[in-house]
Amino acid sequence: MRVTFTVNGRRQEADDVWEGESLLYVLRERMGLPGSKNACEQGECGSCTVRLDGVPVCSCLVAAGQVEGRDVVTVEGLADFARQRAEGGGCASGACGTSIDEAQRWQARPADAQSDEAADLPRETLSPIQQAFIDAGAVQCGFCTPGLLVAADELLERNDSPSDADIREALSGNLCRCTGYEKILDAVRLAAARGEDRTAGQGA
Amino acid sequence: MADKETRVATAPGRTPTNLTQGGRTKAGIGESTLRPDGTLKVTGEFAYSSDMWHEDMLWGFTLRSTVAHAEIRSIDTSEALATSGVYAVLTYDDLPTDVKNYGLEIQDTPVLAHGKVRHHGEPVALVAADHPETARRAAAKIKIDYAELPVVTDEASATAEGAPLIHENRDDHHVGHVPHPNIVHRQPIIRGNADEAAKKADVIVSGEYVFGMQDQAFLGPESGLAVPGEDGGVDLYVATQWLHSDLRQIAPVLGLPPEKVRMTLSGVGGAFGGREDLSMQIHACLLALRTGKPVKIVYNRFESFFGHVHRHPAKLWYEHGATKDGKLTHLKCRIVLDGGAYASASPAVVGNASSLAVGPYVVDDVDIEALALYSNNPPCGAMRGFGAVQACFAYEAQMDKVAKKLGMDPVAFRQLNAMEQGTLMPTGQPVDSPAPVAELLRRVKAMPLPPEQQWLAAGTGADVRALPGGLSNTTHGEDVVRGIGYAVGIKNVGFSEGFDDYSTARVRMEVVGGVPVATVHTAMAEVGQGGVTVHAQIARTELGVQQVTIQPADTRVGSAGSTSASRQTYVTGGAVKNTCEHVREQVLDIGRRKFGTYHPAWATAELLLEGGKVVTDGGEVLANLADVLEDEAVDLELEWRHRPTEPFDLHTGQGNGHVQYSFAAHRAVVEVDTGLGLVKVIELACAQDVGKALNPLSVVGQIQGGTTQGLGVAVMEEIIVDPKTAKVRNPSFTDYLIPTILDTPTIPVDVLELADEHAPYGLRGVGEAPTLSSTPAVLAAIRNATGLELNKTPVRPEHLTGT
Repeated sequence: MRVTFTVNGRRQEADDVWEGESLLYVLRERMGLPGSKNACEQGECGSCTVRLDGVPVCSCLVAAGQVEGRDVVTVEGLADFARQRAEGGGCASGACGTSIDEAQRWQARPADAQSDEAADLPRETLSPIQQAFIDAGAVQCGFCTPGLLVAADELLERNDSPSDADIREALSGNLCRCTGYEKILDAVRLAAARGEDRTAGQGA
Repeated sequence: MADKETRVATAPGRTPTNLTQGGRTKAGIGESTLRPDGTLKVTGEFAYSSDMWHEDMLWGFTLRSTVAHAEIRSIDTSEALATSGVYAVLTYDDLPTDVKNYGLEIQDTPVLAHGKVRHHGEPVALVAADHPETARRAAAKIKIDYAELPVVTDEASATAEGAPLIHENRDDHHVGHVPHPNIVHRQPIIRGNADEAAKKADVIVSGEYVFGMQDQAFLGPESGLAVPGEDGGVDLYVATQWLHSDLRQIAPVLGLPPEKVRMTLSGVGGAFGGREDLSMQIHACLLALRTGKPVKIVYNRFESFFGHVHRHPAKLWYEHGATKDGKLTHLKCRIVLDGGAYASASPAVVGNASSLAVGPYVVDDVDIEALALYSNNPPCGAMRGFGAVQACFAYEAQMDKVAKKLGMDPVAFRQLNAMEQGTLMPTGQPVDSPAPVAELLRRVKAMPLPPEQQWLAAGTGADVRALPGGLSNTTHGEDVVRGIGYAVGIKNVGFSEGFDDYSTARVRMEVVGGVPVATVHTAMAEVGQGGVTVHAQIARTELGVQQVTIQPADTRVGSAGSTSASRQTYVTGGAVKNTCEHVREQVLDIGRRKFGTYHPAWATAELLLEGGKVVTDGGEVLANLADVLEDEAVDLELEWRHRPTEPFDLHTGQGNGHVQYSFAAHRAVVEVDTGLGLVKVIELACAQDVGKALNPLSVVGQIQGGTTQGLGVAVMEEIIVDPKTAKVRNPSFTDYLIPTILDTPTIPVDVLELADEHAPYGLRGVGEAPTLSSTPAVLAAIRNATGLELNKTPVRPEHLTGT
């Protein structure tokens, strides 16, 4: 069968797709987008997480035919996706002035104090969460990283000041075997703190 | 000699690339330099082995045994071969040479089963087809007639009279000294006189401990791409821990000279010991050579559980004695490791388990025995901690028991008996570098404790997410009790017992665009640990350059040895350092030749390369490196070795068997719901001596990761093998549980840096030690909370509720 859908903002067509193929297989093997990872292919590890019409899903559990006419964002499109979400400029990635130490001491704001202003994101090649993963040392073998990035980016989109418990809950479907998760927490805190820094810097 | 540069196969669409770092990167050793592969990994562009892709490639699939022990009466592949889209079906009969087995030390593992299968999941046949599902469906049509045989699953069944022999005609070098042919290797360690010393003991404590079978559960599945070459050779792009060890095992089976099997390391999604043995390497090459087409094999998670060896499950019997003032008098212990159907790394695991069985304590009189069985259980081999993990679980439980019987504080008791620099190991080897065991315990105990009952912190009713059971919402904290436990461990660094544990590095220095740059080429497997980061740091430090390129690891450069045993920063880092030092000398010779007459310091001073310049040790600048080198390049490939070791005596276990030791201590804080039998680890603090932190960020990451794997085995991880059939019951991430971010607590780390004068920069291998002590620390904390004895990993709810 032929499947037509949007991937990272571009219309894509896959031909000769066998009915049993997953979205993950079509992305990796037919569209040349191997960023979504094939760690378990049974919906248990989260390494293949993509956004399907904005919702994070395990692409290994989505039949390719289900995405006909729909909109997919993968890790390859994460930077563009974050850039489009943010309007206006901002500081250069990795240079927002928040250190890991500061990020570790960072506390989620109380819910009633949350601002709904859009965060300013850097116009750089990486999204803030991608840069934060590098800066915090949250990448080791990196196989879980794409799925974690998509899930963490979606969390920060919903909640720009997540508590540790919020972060843990949002990422509980993503297994990592290398890091012990501590530096992944650091990375999400860092991305959140940098978002707040930028907001604060603009007098919000 | 064959031209090493010849690449006669076409490269796949995606290939591992150079990693270049320069510009504003934090420079040398001791800095938390960021990974050079970080950007590729966060954008999805990093080429992992399962991402390899080639125009016109086929997919390989492995048919595996559905029974654990059986004679193969016949295999019928005709229907599979007739399937549309299938290009080849291979069995044992299709192997091209007389070399039909492989193995790390003992060549006892069949490439494809012949005559019989010895464990559930053993590879029996291979299929290549144009779609992975076609290959799977065709494989399902292969008919195999098995005549099942009785299974051997533990020591009693393996050594019973008339027990089936797993390998009938053993001719390996261990068979002469083992008490039974179903025992792979046995190592006693006798020092002093444990029976005599026991008479001095005021208390004697014994225990029996069971350590379950753990899986490495790396996330990147076994995978790779074999591309046939026009010269009859093959290019293999694969994830492994040691390219040259693979090559040594692959080439003879294919009947090819080693230079015709060209291996390139592709992105490795974690390893933890599970990629020391071959998995799909030979299979993909066989299919590629048979079909003349590139063949990709990617295991799914189910197959991955069968495709690699696991951590040895173990039974351990321990007896310690102590005087009433708290001094250990003696140790008697027996450690039985189950190696499964094939030897893999079992002999070396036995060496570690026995020589490290005492732990980091002073005990002069010991009677130790460790052995590994052959059985029909899944093969076991290398996993992070390698034999030391199982022993640490038992001796640390014993330390708590002895301390309790003496009425002493468990930490004070450990400190009283802690080894230090100069202590003799039970092998008679002196520990000749810092051994800060008591200090690590002091530090981990001194860390502030997390607040109690954090689920009440919000003040608005219980936050169930912070309770054992979490979001299951099964309790509001009524039956929750807290416990605290301590443990410490000792792990050897590097390969032991006389192994020639060398590494090779090629370093090139030249001027590109007016800027001096270094290129580092080794065969080191970057498995996520950050070797590529550290090598660039070393080159910057030694050569005074900013820009460093790390080339992909391949077999065009000499062996780097294995990325395991916490050895790679020591040994390949040492090789890079050593080669850089020789490159530096040649660069300085060029400088002396060109500029020596202009300044006397060229001849008389100690010269360094710093900031792109040649400087004296007094800081005077003599020349720019760009002016020294101009269009010359210095390019060297050198081997480097650490101090030699020697084998343990087969009867007494005496010998200077290890290169270096590393030490870590943990304090675990747990909350246990005694009603539900659920455990939540609240915090798992670690103190570790790393000698010198070459990259502090990576060091802490390694310690936290190792700690979490130890936590996993304490409370959830176990491959369950049916004792009647030897079949694996839980080969999936649905049933084999590894810690999620909700299961993993805060892991504060206190890094101590006491230099080992024998090691490059004083460093000490980091990766494994934290995996040892975190498991017994968690167990100790659960015992402290519940008062239960708990002598088995993992602790399950039924162990806590008595159901």
